[in-house]
Amino acid sequence: MGKPTIPEEEFTYPGSTGCPGCGANLVMRYLLKGLGDRTILSIPACCWAVMPGYWPSNCLKVPLLYTAFEATGAAISGLRAALDVKGVKDVTIVGFAGDGGTVDIGLQAMSGAAERRTDAIYVMYDNEAYMNTGIQRSGSTPWGAWTTTTPVGSTHGFKHEAKKDIMAIMQAHRIPYAATVSVAHPEDFVKKVAKAKEVKGFRFIHALSPCPPGWRMNPMHVVEVARLAVDTHAFPLYEIENGRVRITRKGKGLPVSEYLRFQGRFSHLTDAEIAAIQKTINENWEMLQTKETSGT
Amino acid sequence: MRQVMTGNYASAYGAKLARAEVIAAYPITPQTSIVEKLADFVATGELKAQFIPVESEHSAMAACIAAETAGARTYTATSSHGLTLMHEVLMWASGARLPIVMTNVSRAMAPPWSVWVDHMDSIAQRDTGWLQFYCQSNQEALDTIIMAYKVCESSAVMLPAMVVMDAFILSHTSEPVDLPSQELVDSFLPPYSPDLKIEVGKPMGFGSLVKPDQYMEFRYKAMLGMKASRDRLLRVEQEFKSIFGREHGGLLERYMCDDADVVLVAAGSVAATAKDVVDSMRTKGHRVGLARIRSFRPFPHDEIRALAAKVEGIAVLDRSYTFGSAGAMYTETKASAYSINKRPIMKNYIAGLGGRDITPRVLEKIFEDIQVVSKRGAEDEVEWVDVAGLPRRWR
Amino acid sequence: MTKSYEEIPLTPISDTPSTINLTGYWRVMRPVVDKSKCKKCTICWKFCPDAVIKLVDGEPFIDLQYCKGCGVCAFECPAKCIVMVKEGDL
Repeated sequence: MGKPTIPEEEFTYPGSTGCPGCGANLVMRYLLKGLGDRTILSIPACCWAVMPGYWPSNCLKVPLLYTAFEATGAAISGLRAALDVKGVKDVTIVGFAGDGGTVDIGLQAMSGAAERRTDAIYVMYDNEAYMNTGIQRSGSTPWGAWTTTTPVGSTHGFKHEAKKDIMAIMQAHRIPYAATVSVAHPEDFVKKVAKAKEVKGFRFIHALSPCPPGWRMNPMHVVEVARLAVDTHAFPLYEIENGRVRITRKGKGLPVSEYLRFQGRFSHLTDAEIAAIQKTINENWEMLQTKETSGT
Repeated sequence: MRQVMTGNYASAYGAKLARAEVIAAYPITPQTSIVEKLADFVATGELKAQFIPVESEHSAMAACIAAETAGARTYTATSSHGLTLMHEVLMWASGARLPIVMTNVSRAMAPPWSVWVDHMDSIAQRDTGWLQFYCQSNQEALDTIIMAYKVCESSAVMLPAMVVMDAFILSHTSEPVDLPSQELVDSFLPPYSPDLKIEVGKPMGFGSLVKPDQYMEFRYKAMLGMKASRDRLLRVEQEFKSIFGREHGGLLERYMCDDADVVLVAAGSVAATAKDVVDSMRTKGHRVGLARIRSFRPFPHDEIRALAAKVEGIAVLDRSYTFGSAGAMYTETKASAYSINKRPIMKNYIAGLGGRDITPRVLEKIFEDIQVVSKRGAEDEVEWVDVAGLPRRWR
Repeated sequence: MTKSYEEIPLTPISDTPSTINLTGYWRVMRPVVDKSKCKKCTICWKFCPDAVIKLVDGEPFIDLQYCKGCGVCAFECPAKCIVMVKEGDL
């Protein structure tokens, strides 16, 4: 008989209105297991602004501030300033935002909070599009993906721009701790979160959050797809601690087609296009490994 | 203690004396010296507050909202494009029922670029649910900040307030200002202590999703809060007067209106100039008066109605313009006067945009014009004053 | 039911656990656990997005009032003892 490999206490109630198999539900679940109840969340417009349910329903067991879309970085600065001036200690402030609310409209405020070394953890749950508004492309949508604003057609079709490298942007801000996490590896997820909790200053967690309706996939594969993202190096697991990259999971090095085949949003890709994706992933993985060995 | 200081410094002292706990601000001409002074106070330890040098005005207001929700008294200041950039979150602050106080140094909007005074920026926020006070002096700028916290933090109100100060005319011009002692202000303004705030151990969500079948009730409550602010302001000002020995005229400051045939309704520093013009015209036998809109939100309906019932003509000077309509202060003054039996003749004068000087001579001509118009009726209900190329000369 | 304006707080503050939302009604497929094959590895509990699986001495109990039928538990179970059946089928 096995014992649970992650803390047993739950900080969410059932009854959230997330889709069946929602990856973001898992992200929140593992995040709060790593942080505990002395946590205050700030959530902008995104799926998670809706998932606690209609007023007065709340699926979270920790306090939550709903904010305007682009305001997460500013809100966590404001929360921390208020707690500091009131002398309230030992509280983790968390900005919990989607990819759109972070790499696009939220980038300025987050950059400001990072530059000011706001003592908070910024968690970006990345479902790789504006999912709450109906699967429109964001700066975090990967090359090749179908979305409603990058539909597949004869003249253009699918997203032809690379995914914004938010971890590199965070590294450039010289923050003390940043990490990528995957819902397929909850032990690693919880460990990294618990580690981030103990660091002072601005910390960043990038969580890949597979989305069944947005990625056009069967909900039962949510964890498997997150696993394959790591194993194909599409979403490597690594930390950046005081500027130094450390890869935390080598991954099996499977061909990216193994990852793409589960997702209808990539089903239009030709072999040549998949090969192009594989080439980019190989290059990025090389670059990450080089960063690790060269100590930057 | 009396000191000579600019409106900006007076505002900074106002926030300091009000013991603002979190200040999040972004620089914009001509507000900058407010924020610089406050940064100074925090750096020297004179003001025990957290100063957040945010990266935009939108973030300034978003940070104030978060800090206020966590129970801290917050303050910020901005102007013109900074204020309009904040528009989205101004709406959030009032919907969240947070008594944030902000100074807006009212400055013209671009294009054309201008750093000088007009009221387009603050008038454009009249729908946001914020209280709006227009100041005519540096003393009033300081006093109103302190009073605003007391009005807004009352549980019957719980709405944010902006204290509007004319760019450069007040912000950068030095006047004698009485600086009350911290003890005196403390006796008037207690610490901020909301019923509910976001805190560890209380798993509540602030600002969640509401269906159509319940949304209106929240807006209705906000309306009640704004309605209650009227009387609350009058009572707070009387209390202020008893402690500090001065007041600023309630919602509508009336000067020589009791026996006036015609009155000028205006807001901001131009009203102070207009009082001098009233004085000089009175020596020549003209029965004119000046009614200064001090509180534009809540609008002084009752006071305007009472005034309109007694006079033959009302000139409303707008230092802004609502395109496709008329000046906002005119439109609202006219609406207030609509319900009385014998309505005065009313005319709108659009003046002073982009910092165009409204001199005593111009004001005198406005008074002369409304005197004529109140007997004859107005050809044009809305007249733009001192625009080169128009036939009428005002200087 | 619409609450009177006098009964609501100033701003919508949500303080009622979401257990009032019976998301089990969403279900099209239902997980069925073959307890005889279950190894009590706790993996199904670990991966449930909605945290509707309770562990009692390592044995999983799925709360069907809330289970949305996503099938993650069935797919991840190493012993393959969870099967998704069409809701309504016994």
